[in-house]
Amino acid sequence: MCIDCGCPTTGAASPPHHHDHEHEPAPRTLCVEEDLLAKNDRLAAGNRAHFQRAGVFVLNLVSSPGSGKTTLLERTLRELNVQLRFAVVEGDQQTSRDAERIAATGVPVRQINTGAGCHLDAHMVGHAVEAFDLAQTDLLMIENVGNLVCPASFDLGEDHKVALLSVTEGEDKPLKYPQMFRAATLMIINKTDLLPYIDFDLNRCRDFARQVNPKIEILELSCRSGAGMAEWYDWLAAGVREKREASGVRSEEKTP
Amino acid sequence: MHELSLTQSLVEIAEEHARRAGGTVIRGITLEVGELSGAVPEALEFAFDVCSRGTLAEGATLTIRRVPGHGRCAVCAAETVCHELTAVCPVCGALGFELDTGTELRVLELEVD
Repeated sequence: MCIDCGCPTTGAASPPHHHDHEHEPAPRTLCVEEDLLAKNDRLAAGNRAHFQRAGVFVLNLVSSPGSGKTTLLERTLRELNVQLRFAVVEGDQQTSRDAERIAATGVPVRQINTGAGCHLDAHMVGHAVEAFDLAQTDLLMIENVGNLVCPASFDLGEDHKVALLSVTEGEDKPLKYPQMFRAATLMIINKTDLLPYIDFDLNRCRDFARQVNPKIEILELSCRSGAGMAEWYDWLAAGVREKREASGVRSEEKTP
Repeated sequence: MHELSLTQSLVEIAEEHARRAGGTVIRGITLEVGELSGAVPEALEFAFDVCSRGTLAEGATLTIRRVPGHGRCAVCAAETVCHELTAVCPVCGALGFELDTGTELRVLELEVD
């Protein structure tokens, strides 16, 4: 209906009449029904297909700042570098400090600086991995920006999200930040060497994690003492093996 | 504050659909935001003012429909609202609760000229 004179703007119901204003076309309603994350999800699916073809097992490491993601990577790379070929993507708001620590282990690494951004997205990762020879890589580790909230929503094309929780953060983090622990396949409780000095109830922490995600797998370790690292390495080796089999890449093609 | 990147996607999606339909101005956008989606409606509104500047969506009215969390328990079969992301059934306490709504983050419709 025309707001100036009240006449219908369409159809034969409008009797012939004259006035001194133009009828604006009425706004049209377009049905969209598109997820806000649809574009990221499309790019992540592209990354995933690329990783699948190359037969590379991909993990997205997420946690609060200071939980020990980089230290876990450093120790893992130093101890497994002989058996497995790694590549690492480091995400931080600024500096290349983490990339320098990884480069010191001899593993190829790319640093992404997100500036004001609080998470990595599939587009950034797609470009970062262009630098790697994925066909000659067994395991790609993506260390996300330290943040227990935002990275949960952004698929990067990984096989699994691995959420680290250090014992100094408190056992109730899975309840407080449920999105991340629901999105994760594996929770690693890190810095267990500090357990004698603090009030952290391991059983309660495991229960809290299962309350938000009954299927979550849980490992406990200390990157400092080395306790529990063997179980983590077994978990990685199993993932690499399964990915090779699923992608049809024969293991001898991957072995240097 | 991943609402900023979500809102950039919102504006991109809206512009793309409007252009495809031959629209030149976006008057309104209706968005569905689940209460357990991890996005804060107020932060989306705030970011929209900034992200829509200089686009077809500048000045558009952003209508946010909030969707409450709701799910069903696989153990006791209760169907109930739920205000937390959890697998614990609010009725029987078993670890069998599965959400069916509450995580939406979706552009529903546009008003375009």
